[in-house]
Amino acid sequence: MSGWAIFGQAVLAVVGGGIVGLVFRGLDRKIAARMQARIGPPLRQPFLDLGKLLVKETVIPKTAVAWVFSAMPFLAVLASFTALLYLPLGPFRPILEGYGDAIVVLYLLAVPALAMALGGFASGSPLGVVGAQRELVMLMSYEFPLAVVLVAVAWRLSAQGIAPAFSLGTIAQNPLWPWVGPLGVIGLVVLLVTMLVVTPAELAKIPFDIPEAETEIAGGLMVEYSGTYLALFYLADVVRTLVMAGLVVAIFIPYGIAGVLGLSGAAAAAVDFLFWLFKLFVVMVVAVTTVRVGMARLKVDQVARGFWLWGTAASLAGLLLLALDKVVMG
Amino acid sequence: MGLSAFKRALWVFHVATGSCNGCDIEIVAALTPRYDVERFGIRLVGTPRHADVLLVTGPVTRMMAERLKRIYEQTPDPKAVVVVGGCGSTSGVFYESYNVVGPVDRIIPVDVYVPGCPPRPEAIIDGVVKAVAKLEKLGAKV
Repeated sequence: MSGWAIFGQAVLAVVGGGIVGLVFRGLDRKIAARMQARIGPPLRQPFLDLGKLLVKETVIPKTAVAWVFSAMPFLAVLASFTALLYLPLGPFRPILEGYGDAIVVLYLLAVPALAMALGGFASGSPLGVVGAQRELVMLMSYEFPLAVVLVAVAWRLSAQGIAPAFSLGTIAQNPLWPWVGPLGVIGLVVLLVTMLVVTPAELAKIPFDIPEAETEIAGGLMVEYSGTYLALFYLADVVRTLVMAGLVVAIFIPYGIAGVLGLSGAAAAAVDFLFWLFKLFVVMVVAVTTVRVGMARLKVDQVARGFWLWGTAASLAGLLLLALDKVVMG
Repeated sequence: MGLSAFKRALWVFHVATGSCNGCDIEIVAALTPRYDVERFGIRLVGTPRHADVLLVTGPVTRMMAERLKRIYEQTPDPKAVVVVGGCGSTSGVFYESYNVVGPVDRIIPVDVYVPGCPPRPEAIIDGVVKAVAKLEKLGAKV
């Protein structure tokens, strides 16, 4: 693919990703409201919020380290959108395929969290510093299970003789379910559940909204951000939700329905793309919306211990089961 | 975007300046499923930096006056101030009390008064929506 073609697709994906992300956030808020027997905000509320934030004054506090404080929102947005370009978009291969693999996506997912933490440290507010420290503790606890999930899947793929095993495009093209035996299926289910638990933590949503926790540390690492910068973080968060859901879909449920419906060509691509969006939506509702309505905020030590003990144990168990399955089934 | 941006996306910060908790409970009531202000895009936020509207309750005690001023200055423009309750509007039963320097409009400029002891959630929502008119005027200038 030529550079310009990639550039064109990237622009399309970034604009589309932003719009779809905001619509999904609207759906998330609407569904959460319905679960609480409320009417809830209109679907276009995230667009309205974003528009309003862009009109507002952007304050840079006197006590802040100005350049870090102002650079971090842009870094967060850039990393989130770049991660989107590494995802298989339903029937389409990743736009930046060949320029990096699943490991890059892991790093790109960590960058917005780091950017938010640095922004919090640079904001000059004690609440921001507390929030940033919490964000870093969370980052250190959920990254390991997440990495193990990816490594387990990639290892099983390479054991099957498929390369490049760490490319998300390859992972999405070769779902593991049909190849593994009963032990492997249990292992994959364990990995899927681990991934679904990591998702709200990665996105800092209830019960893992510890770094922001507006009732105790007044918005934590976001405390001094306002106007355009806040809008950028909002956008990054929205896109990161898409990326996390896209990662779950790419690894565990990359199936399309065009084959079942007997479609081909452009129609198949369109139907599969819509079905992919639907799968993202389902993952978001299951892993984010339902959980955040049903639970209260956890304490940071509970999260750290939970991910280090149970998260790590679960992901390693999944890896072990996959390995055992390979040994037993040959 | 400037004119209508605030109409349906108002973020509200609640400042209690020595209130008895009556008005504060009514503000919380406005968030409950019964009144559900989120359907109008109104959201309670945790920091003045995110806020468009300051909801001030209470007669403003001597200690809170300085803090109230600071919170007002921390709120990014354009912003509006809504006073909720009789105490904030007139100092109420604490009028000329030795530890009260209020009412609120002696400390910061106020746009909307919502009287009542405490006002009903409907009245609070109405007050916040009236603040939109001011914000739109300011938003047009930005």
